[in-house]
Amino acid sequence: MSTDNEKNYLENGKGFSSWFFTTDHKRLGVMYLCGIGTFFIIAAIASVLLRAEHLSPGRTIVDAHTYNVLFTLHGSMMVFLFIVPGVAATFGNFLIPLMIGARDVIFPKLNLYSFWIYCLGAVIFLFALAAPADTGWTFYTPYSIESGTNVILITLGIFVLGFSSILTGINFIVTIHKLRAPGMTWDRLPLFCWAAYSTSILQVLATPVVAITLVLLIGERYWGLGFFDPAKGGDPVLFQHFFWFYSHPAVYIMILPAMGIISEIIPVFSRKPIFGYKSIAYSSLAIALISFLVWGHHMFTSGQSKLINIIFSAITFAVAIPTAIKVFNWLWTMYKGSIELSAAMLYALAFIFLFTIGGLTGLHLGALASTIHLHDTYFVVAHMHYVMIGGTLFGLFAALHFWYPKMWGKMFDEFRAKIAFVFIFIGFNVTFFPQFIMGTLGMPRRYYNYDPEFTIFHQISTAGTWLMALGFIFMLYNFFRPISKTAEANPYKSKSLEWSIPSPPPTLNFDEIPTVTESTYAYGNKIERET
Amino acid sequence: MASEGSYRQYVNIGILLMALTVITVAAAQFDFGPFNVPIALIIASIKATFVALYFMHLKHEDTMTWIFATYPLFLLFLLIAFSATDIFTRVLN
Repeated sequence: MSTDNEKNYLENGKGFSSWFFTTDHKRLGVMYLCGIGTFFIIAAIASVLLRAEHLSPGRTIVDAHTYNVLFTLHGSMMVFLFIVPGVAATFGNFLIPLMIGARDVIFPKLNLYSFWIYCLGAVIFLFALAAPADTGWTFYTPYSIESGTNVILITLGIFVLGFSSILTGINFIVTIHKLRAPGMTWDRLPLFCWAAYSTSILQVLATPVVAITLVLLIGERYWGLGFFDPAKGGDPVLFQHFFWFYSHPAVYIMILPAMGIISEIIPVFSRKPIFGYKSIAYSSLAIALISFLVWGHHMFTSGQSKLINIIFSAITFAVAIPTAIKVFNWLWTMYKGSIELSAAMLYALAFIFLFTIGGLTGLHLGALASTIHLHDTYFVVAHMHYVMIGGTLFGLFAALHFWYPKMWGKMFDEFRAKIAFVFIFIGFNVTFFPQFIMGTLGMPRRYYNYDPEFTIFHQISTAGTWLMALGFIFMLYNFFRPISKTAEANPYKSKSLEWSIPSPPPTLNFDEIPTVTESTYAYGNKIERET
Repeated sequence: MASEGSYRQYVNIGILLMALTVITVAAAQFDFGPFNVPIALIIASIKATFVALYFMHLKHEDTMTWIFATYPLFLLFLLIAFSATDIFTRVLN
């Protein structure tokens, strides 16, 4: 064993510089986790304030401008500083080299630069809060051109964050191609890596488009270039085309890694091989491909042509196919399995339940007839949150519980974790399910005021955020109060490579690069009896 | 793995790129009406192709690299094709 590998990654150096200048993928993953965690808390506080404002019609706690600022802050921070880098940068960094049997990513310094760029983008974003934008996270023209708030600075921050995303994506793609251990063939690659690979393709290919779009927006505001100004021959809808060409694939940048997490957790706690390995793996690639073809479904009521509406609607329904393939395969994996309802498994099951609701309500919005009624109502808000929070966030929470022993070398209290889960799960549904009803009844989203008939729905929804907040706080408390200061190398008896080394992992991961001889998912009574 | 071209080849491609730049400037002196932009784009695309093939070594790369290099062109085509379909068929609304 080399001297460098005698210490685990948490003990290998102390102080700020040992972390901020590290090229260790695991430490970078932890730092991303701290970064996204901080912004999640800030954005979540903004959402609690937003909901509190809606306890009654008219002014409750903030004025209309502050309300606009809060939902812009909530949306843009959640999307660009939390969910987009979320699972991919944190668990992608921490897990990919461990899962493929490598000592680090292929470009460790580039990985560090990506993190610094993320920090730089976040700092610019925070500076913008001096006069925070009130445009919503989509920065639609013409209002984003005319708004007197700090649109340029916040978009500049997002532009910089995009480079972090691109560089991380390049790193992961090349790492998975070049650093897989002997025997880690493509058909043995853990499904989280397949998901991270597909996500990376999206990050590398889609992010430049939003970067260019934001540069055009900055040029429009500074120099009045006219790309999006009809008076100069431009087209405001063109901004939406460019914006959603990135931002729809971005939905899958957010959700695909979470799907990868679910594919890892379900077999472990069902003690069965994953059902339909290849179809799950290839469906990730299919989602990455089709996600580039459906951006126009965000623009059905923008004045877009009827012909292109029909085309986008038809392709939108096609996305349901690879997504459903994953869901059915997860269900079939559990069928007749020996299911253990651990906290991680509960979050994984909640992911399937909530994401399915989010996906199925997406069909209403993808259909041209019903979307006219539902567009820009709370139905969209609820749908989006069932996908993004019910999907991505619950996936992230599942990962935080599942890999907690591996990351920190400690064990948390399962019972407390389950109590926190109950609060978060119930709170989530109490918050967002009434929004489906409100939206169907015609409550527009982003409105500061509302008709009294919607009061009860808003009040129930607001109460839900308090339940969720309690659950989050209890979950954090549980993480910071572990019941054991040591964790076994493999407490969940997983077959994946990251569990074959001590918890927390040594600095260089593996003393010797392992040789892979069987599937990552070789579970099941018959197989396990034989091994 | 890419095999690098010869020094002479790089110089020749460099001269070719400069010649194409001169052609771009020269073409801008004439009014081709609706073909102004397509002509400029075609010359720029030829230059970009030479840069990608020789200076970025794409000519000597394997199939996987070609897939990654050309897939964005497909996406660019989609972006332009779908946006243009919208803009040119709005009159039918």
